[in-house]
Amino acid sequence: MAKITLTPTKTPTLRLEAENICPDSFAGKSNEEIANLHVFVGKESQALGDYFEIAGESGSTAAETTIVINGDVNRVKYIGMKMSAGEVIINGDADMYVGAWMSGGKINANGSVDAFSGLGMTGGELIIKGDAGNYLGAAYRGDWRGMQGGTIRVSGNAGSDVGTFMRGGTIIIGGNVDVHVGTHMEGGTIIVKGDAKSRVGGQMVKGDIYVFGDIEVMMPGFQYRKDVDSEVDGTTGSFALYEGDIGERHGKSKGETIYGKLYMKH
Amino acid sequence: MSRSWMRLRSLRRSAYRQVGNLAKIVTDVVCPFCGTLCDDLEVALDDSGEKILEVYNACAIGAAKFLHSQAEDRLTRPQMKQEDGSWKEVTYDEAVEYTAQMLIDAKKPLMYGWSSTSCSAQSVGSELGEVVGACMDNTATVCHGSSLIAVQDVGIPSATLGEIANRADRVVFWGCNPAHAHPRHMSRYSIFPRGFFTGKGSKSRKMVVVDPRRTDTAKMADIHLQLEQGHDYELLSAIRVAIRGEKLPKTVAGIPAETIYEVAETLKSGRFAVIFFGMGVTQSLGKNHNIDIAIAVTRDLNDYTKAAIIPMRGHYNVTGSGQVWGWQFGFPFCLDLSRGFARYNPGDSSSNDLLIRDEVDAAFVLGSDPGAHFPVGSVRKIAQMPSVCIDPHITPTSAVSKLHVPVAFVGVEVGGCAYRMDNVPIETRKVVEPPEGMLTDEEFLTMVLKRVKEMKGAA
Repeated sequence: MAKITLTPTKTPTLRLEAENICPDSFAGKSNEEIANLHVFVGKESQALGDYFEIAGESGSTAAETTIVINGDVNRVKYIGMKMSAGEVIINGDADMYVGAWMSGGKINANGSVDAFSGLGMTGGELIIKGDAGNYLGAAYRGDWRGMQGGTIRVSGNAGSDVGTFMRGGTIIIGGNVDVHVGTHMEGGTIIVKGDAKSRVGGQMVKGDIYVFGDIEVMMPGFQYRKDVDSEVDGTTGSFALYEGDIGERHGKSKGETIYGKLYMKH
Repeated sequence: MSRSWMRLRSLRRSAYRQVGNLAKIVTDVVCPFCGTLCDDLEVALDDSGEKILEVYNACAIGAAKFLHSQAEDRLTRPQMKQEDGSWKEVTYDEAVEYTAQMLIDAKKPLMYGWSSTSCSAQSVGSELGEVVGACMDNTATVCHGSSLIAVQDVGIPSATLGEIANRADRVVFWGCNPAHAHPRHMSRYSIFPRGFFTGKGSKSRKMVVVDPRRTDTAKMADIHLQLEQGHDYELLSAIRVAIRGEKLPKTVAGIPAETIYEVAETLKSGRFAVIFFGMGVTQSLGKNHNIDIAIAVTRDLNDYTKAAIIPMRGHYNVTGSGQVWGWQFGFPFCLDLSRGFARYNPGDSSSNDLLIRDEVDAAFVLGSDPGAHFPVGSVRKIAQMPSVCIDPHITPTSAVSKLHVPVAFVGVEVGGCAYRMDNVPIETRKVVEPPEGMLTDEEFLTMVLKRVKEMKGAA
């Protein structure tokens, strides 16, 4: 696999919009061509090479390309947006929309990422060693399809609105989450290993949410059903199963109403 | 309103009509203050027809807006802030030059406000924003923007205020206080009017108020749900559960389950239920999700009766601003036009996020006062960058801006279209002439647009 390294050389005055930092854009291009790819600061179009030193080489296809960013890019948006294959390694913090709408490949963010990361993603892996901002794996405004496939794994905490309108895939949060987890969820799995504040599974139709810690305020539309033993992301334990959101619409399967499932670890 | 007071008022009014040679009454005036957009005002002018003497039928806030345009010490020419902090009068042409240059030089200018002006001025502003690649945002961003997000997510079953006056017999005010914020809303539309199917006025209606505080609106309610602050989402969810007759916990948001069942039954048993909501839900914890689930409650109620939901919009034409941008760009607020096409994502392209995150490098404010309403961190950013404030008044925003351009009052000194909170367009009226030589918003924007095009053509 070909490896290409980007080292930030200057901090943008506003924020840098760099959707071209993506294996799909880099594949098959020479380093000079890559340095000439556009980035935007407001309405000004500039070159990627103005902001990064480029070393190594990219592969002939996205799948054969690994992009390594050595340094903080916390003022750079859209890294790995819409990527379909290959790998991006971020050795530092990144701004909004990391891996938004990605359909394949792998992003390793070794720092933290800001809001809207993994937005509407359909496949691939997004691994975040630090914290994630709000709207992780959620839907874009007005879209009824949030995350639909793939895996997001956050070692630290996540902000509010994790997995809003989620329809598939898995989100695993090592730490705590802010309000609104799996709102309008219609499928997929969210695992929170720390605590959740409130509004977990509000307006949830289908899918699974696991919370290992506490939920400060429980939604009134969830009803306790039974205790179950299961293995969740390598942890075996006993969980209290709640079903809901009772106030929301629900489909039926074989004559039985299918609710969203909320598992609380004992 | 006591009967004797009403008689006194009508006597005063007829007195004016008797001395008709001296005073001139302008009727059917539209009030350019809040989103209720009352269209029954009467304004008494002096015999020259140039000075407003009194304003009838308006609430205290609306009347004050008309009378404020008459202030002796009103600013009538643009002024530029000098290095020592003092202000120097400049011509409108100089103001146009500074504004045009600022918008062209900036990599990403913020053009904020737009809620206290006419739709035609907003439309010129949109063209200007597109030419200079601006981020454009209106006051919804700190107001009902969250409602707009919810509407995009789940749609909205709504109605006009006329329908409410004539039909609604179950009226909910959730997180809003019309007694003070929209003073004539209850008398014109929601509680007191005797409509076609609501012949007994307030007696034919049940009023529910949801507010953690015992506000003056809450004091009038048949049922006041004094919930714990920040738990609106849970309470709305509980009402959905109650509507379906499912089991609830003992209390939700500090409200006993029996009361929640009672409210659900009250709403279901009406012939027409309406939920009005305000800042208490749109800007408290959860924001758009609170509105989202309130819309879901409305949808659920439509299984049993007719129900609608209406946001209590603040500025008299913030709704119009959303309408204009909706038809021109497809999004009602938080527009990012910097890359030549419209992008939208509140949280990223919203004014406060742009300012706090240092994403914009110039500020243009028209028809709003972020200096008074934004967090101090954002206002500090405006103070640090090139900035223009276009506003008839001296405001906290004009005080921190580099250039202040006073303009004529829309709805007082120039007419123009405005949209009421229920999305009904109403043409406001001109009552008096502006002070001599003063420009309107639209005239100033048109001049800036022309100058920007000239500069870009030359470059």
